[in-house]
Amino acid sequence: MTDEKFDAIVVGAGPSGNAAAYTMAKAGLNVLQIERGEYSGSKNVQGAILYADALEKIIPDFRDDAPLERHIIEQRMWTMDDKSHTGMHYRSDDFNEEKPNRYTILRAQFDKWFSAKVREAGALLLCETTVTELVKDLKGNVIGVRTDRQGAPIMADVVVLAEGVNGLVGQRSGLREEVAPESVALAVKEMHFLPREVVEARFNLSGNEGVVIEAMGTITKGMTGTGFLYTNEESISVGIGCIVSDMAESKVTPNELLEAFKNHPSIKPLLADSECKEYAAHLIPEGGYNAIPRLYGDGWIVVGDAGQFVNAVHREGSNLAMTTGRVAAETIIALNRKREEMSASNLAEYAARLEQSFVMKDLKKYKGIPALLHGNKGNFFGTYPQLISQAMQTWFRVDGVDKKSKEKAIMRNFRETRSLRGMVGDAFKLVRAWR
Amino acid sequence: MSEMISGVAAKVEEKLFQNRYLVDAGRPHIRVKPHNEPSASLLAMITLCPAGCYATTESGQVEVAADGCLECGTCRIVTKKTGEIEWNYPRGGFGVLYKFG
Repeated sequence: MTDEKFDAIVVGAGPSGNAAAYTMAKAGLNVLQIERGEYSGSKNVQGAILYADALEKIIPDFRDDAPLERHIIEQRMWTMDDKSHTGMHYRSDDFNEEKPNRYTILRAQFDKWFSAKVREAGALLLCETTVTELVKDLKGNVIGVRTDRQGAPIMADVVVLAEGVNGLVGQRSGLREEVAPESVALAVKEMHFLPREVVEARFNLSGNEGVVIEAMGTITKGMTGTGFLYTNEESISVGIGCIVSDMAESKVTPNELLEAFKNHPSIKPLLADSECKEYAAHLIPEGGYNAIPRLYGDGWIVVGDAGQFVNAVHREGSNLAMTTGRVAAETIIALNRKREEMSASNLAEYAARLEQSFVMKDLKKYKGIPALLHGNKGNFFGTYPQLISQAMQTWFRVDGVDKKSKEKAIMRNFRETRSLRGMVGDAFKLVRAWR
Repeated sequence: MSEMISGVAAKVEEKLFQNRYLVDAGRPHIRVKPHNEPSASLLAMITLCPAGCYATTESGQVEVAADGCLECGTCRIVTKKTGEIEWNYPRGGFGVLYKFG
């Protein structure tokens, strides 16, 4: 096998690597995919939500056999303080459509399914094999990879680096900088099992309907971060994540954060009597547009989390991973058909195509958000959630105080706690970063 | 808070028992390099590591026991500048094997 030269080698079998390998193999390219885990998915962790649109563009009939948990019909956005949550919920029967838009998934199962599709399409998958370094020719062009298995290096026209947020190959080969602790979040997550009837009763669901809760506030103890709770068929994924540099300064352990979140009075009843079957941790790229590294060079291209492709504001990542994997593959296929070189100047087409897609448009739109939230974390993840909760409680508690006085008390609380100038400044900065 | 987190299965060590691992005996994939005084970054790992793999020794150094490692890479990123940790993936097939992910 090592004598063979492949059209492409894909490093990693997560959503971006599988999207790239599938697309290229389907087009007839000779593809080798290398995965360090026992199977595709065994090293992968996500919330996890699957965005149908990105996968439909790769496997249009994926719903026929993909292991999907629940389609999402309701989104709950919560701002929390220590005892309360203020929620914005959106639920619509329109999401009960023939081809639902978002699903919860379990990554170990889903990735296995995707990987089987990749092999059916004709790609060769090598599991339990770690790529240790890239092989370059004298001019510095990437021409193959070395692995931790014995034998000669494996050669290819192009190497697709789909190695994830914690990818070592690209960094060690000098293709990109190490991820900064400021632009990555550490998330911990547990899988809690319950009978499916209990999940449905508890979340007001029928059939395969599902609910997503995204939460922010004092749950992250003044650090930049969010919590989440997703309903699966007969389990609940619950987790919390904060920016690594914030967590390094704090003395709270990730496990303590997760325990406090699980024991929050708004969360605890949702998890009651469940059985935890897994505890996972994973990094999430949160640096946005400004953290994107060089994406291509002579003989190589970067896709997915390794390229920091996560829209942290909308909690989207797997769709950006699949889309960048597909677009990279399409770029490579076009060059392969024309028998052109996989040179940096030719692969630049990849970045050009991404610029025209939602991937770069969205990341550009929010490029100011990570720095804004990080610079004002005390306010956005502490002061405001507390003020909102206090205002709600003042407003809803019926205690003989007249409504005009209540309004005044609420406004006074905001002014005295955060000052008018501070609030106007925060609003201005937020609007400017959001545009 | 301390009361809240002392409940059933709240300890990290107990949680790790739920997970599946294939430990590469005698070949730890993370090593702390010999040092006299740990840097603030390395010390931070004692609370920061989600699997609780880091601890201090009696003489004040930081040590790692990577058997329960979740392979998130946080310690690698945090100590990149100080260079106190040598971090590699476990050999192919070894390490944590997520059942659900």
